[in-house]
Amino acid sequence: MANITRSPWLLHYDGSSCNGCDIEVLACLTPVYDAERLGVMNTGDPMQADIFLITGGINEQNRPTVKQLYDQMPSPKVVVAVGVCACTGGIFKECYNILGGADTTIPVDIYVPGCAARPEAIIDGIVKAVALFQKRSDDYKAKVKEKKKAGK
Amino acid sequence: MGNRSVIPFGPQHPVLPEPIHIDLVVEDEKVVEAVPSIGFIHRGLESLAGKRDFNQLVYVAERTCGICSFQHGMGYCEAVEHIFGVEVPKRAKYLRTIWAELARMHSHLLWLGLLADGFGYENLFYQCWRIRERILDLHELTAGGRLIFSVNKVGGVLKDIPEDKLKEILRTLDEVDDELRVIRSVFFEDRSVISRLKGVGVLTKEQVNELGAVGPFARASGVRVDMRTLGYAAYPELSFAPIVSNDGDSYARCFIRMMELFQSIKLIREAIGKIPAEKELEVPIKGNPDGEYFMRVEQPRGEAFYYVKGSGKPFLERMRIRTPTFANIPALCEMLKNADLADVGLLVLTIDPCISCTER
Ligand code: SF4
Repeated sequence: MANITRSPWLLHYDGSSCNGCDIEVLACLTPVYDAERLGVMNTGDPMQADIFLITGGINEQNRPTVKQLYDQMPSPKVVVAVGVCACTGGIFKECYNILGGADTTIPVDIYVPGCAARPEAIIDGIVKAVALFQKRSDDYKAKVKEKKKAGK
Repeated sequence: MGNRSVIPFGPQHPVLPEPIHIDLVVEDEKVVEAVPSIGFIHRGLESLAGKRDFNQLVYVAERTCGICSFQHGMGYCEAVEHIFGVEVPKRAKYLRTIWAELARMHSHLLWLGLLADGFGYENLFYQCWRIRERILDLHELTAGGRLIFSVNKVGGVLKDIPEDKLKEILRTLDEVDDELRVIRSVFFEDRSVISRLKGVGVLTKEQVNELGAVGPFARASGVRVDMRTLGYAAYPELSFAPIVSNDGDSYARCFIRMMELFQSIKLIREAIGKIPAEKELEVPIKGNPDGEYFMRVEQPRGEAFYYVKGSGKPFLERMRIRTPTFANIPALCEMLKNADLADVGLLVLTIDPCISCTER
């Protein structure tokens, strides 16, 4: 991770979680776990975010919101599904109002298990997301370079 | 008269991790009307009553809300136990009380932190959450989970807290007590906190009664409602009196929750002092629930109802939960009228909203 040139920013959105995973995501950002030491920062603005943490499953009402948040994020971006609800629908899978996990609506890169997902697991997910984000932005830069070369 | 415009608040916004959407009709900087719309986290949890039997439903009830998870499980279990007409062993009752009060402490600390964050006092936010981690460590020590600990079952509890762990709880609480005193002096004496909270969002006792608010929110306006006085779990054997304030403003709401933290410490100490040394932690449950019951418990956010109806089958006919935030939303909308736009985030916070249980 030493070659990261920029601090990836986090966006957190609560799909239809029971709150358990949300407050664990928040706990990750507070002093005891302090995910910010990894260079990430929490933001409320999707346009500035690079990593999207989503908790809870998808239902009809929040589907457009999730989709919109994802679309508003600039590429490259990474999506982390936190908790079994966001992974598969979890305990609420059979409820009439749950369509399933986050991957029913947006492409998910990293799945963090747990109910509630433990802060250690979430941080692990974030670390993986940071690495993936770095790789994606490197690829993107390489692509731009190639294009420039071809253009010359 | 200025121009009226509508400002959407949410669903994704910085004051709360949860999505709530309110349409604010504003005139210049004043809010004239607030129209809430909910449903972003509706899962249809109650419908699982037809798909899971009454024992499995404990775990579903616990996931109504991750913050007051324990009390949800407890409320549901007590309702079903009443249908069976069984009495839970005394030690189990005390254990439930200890866990319930620990959960209340973690919830109130969480709220105090969010409140501090809401008015921009970042340091205080981190301090509250740091202390909260100590309570979560106690959850983990005694039950194994940080937030959702699934120790309830219909008829009793699944785990015991042995003597040495009870001592550890007492020891940690002593330290937490000292740390809380420091934070309390900041919340009660700091000029910036006072100027941000005093006289903001006042609701009178009459308004609160009329709109049916519950919990610390109602107690801050002088209404003496606390379901713990009804005497479930081990509360009847502990010395307990609700904390009430008459000011009805945001500061009073902060005061009530702060004082309840100390009250919880006191209750846990007393419960640990009185806990009987029994082996039995559960009573055997035979057959299926037949009948209906209506249980009320006091959660960190106020009174929650559990209505359970069984018809002699393993699957319940109906489970219905009404949660405190749902009861507090009408009062919140009343409070938002005439508020400054800049105060809206803070005022929404003062009811301690828990949207995931409201929408279930
Ligand atoms: S995974 Fe568990 S704790 Fe997390 S949102 Fe779902 S039910 Fe709640």
